[in-house]
Amino acid sequence: MMNLRRDVFQAIADPTRRAILLLVASQSLTAGAIAANFGTARPTVSKHLQILTECQLLQQEQNGREIYYHINAKGMKEVADFIEPFRQMWDDRFNKLESVMKLYQTKNRK
Amino acid sequence: MELKTKVHAEDGRQDITITREFDLPVDLLFKAYVEAEFVEQWMGTKVIKLESKKYGSYEFETHNPQAQITLRMGGTIHDLVDNQKIVRTFEMAGAPYGVQLEVYEFEALTDGTSKLNMHVIYESGAQRDQLLKMPFRQGLNMAHNRLEEIVSKLK
Repeated sequence: MMNLRRDVFQAIADPTRRAILLLVASQSLTAGAIAANFGTARPTVSKHLQILTECQLLQQEQNGREIYYHINAKGMKEVADFIEPFRQMWDDRFNKLESVMKLYQTKNRK
Repeated sequence: MELKTKVHAEDGRQDITITREFDLPVDLLFKAYVEAEFVEQWMGTKVIKLESKKYGSYEFETHNPQAQITLRMGGTIHDLVDNQKIVRTFEMAGAPYGVQLEVYEFEALTDGTSKLNMHVIYESGAQRDQLLKMPFRQGLNMAHNRLEEIVSKLK
């Protein structure tokens, strides 16, 4: 199980794979349609799709002659596991807000 | 160590609460939400429209350089009380997460510190959970750093 967990985080750590997840989050797409969104070669995208499928983040669905990829919500971990990254994302964002406004504050005092 | 940003999401509910204390006077915290110039800087997003008033609307756009994807988000402001409160809807265009209702409460703690209480209500518990499982949905780059940390620890 630990192994699978690590794989999921590794899968998500790659920017192209995150972008793929984001793309198919809104609709099921074929490999070709996904590849069309990226500047990288088709085999590279295929490799990413394979990794995401192996990690159970994506699911394949045969529709006629085409294979569609869609997000596998069940393959995702329990909510609790994801609270910390979610919190961290907001924390980073709020830190940014604080530094932007502090800079503005300093400039306006002078 | 006390965490600056707290997230509270109870099982079986369709809402989430995010609280944060800032080392900023409340008017500056509020300004960060209502003036396009500042939103762009801290959210890292392009502001297409931001009408900070009751029944005004807003539209942001973020470009993800890894793919030619442009994320569009927006909503309507239902209430806006200077330095106190913003009630607005939020929706990611093309995403299956529905529309969320966001209630922001701004509170002065001292002359130089303030607190933000953000209450987000989703259309359903399932949509909330789905969103939580995708923490990288908006903060792609920010979540990335964190995930890299997690991954490096696991290696």
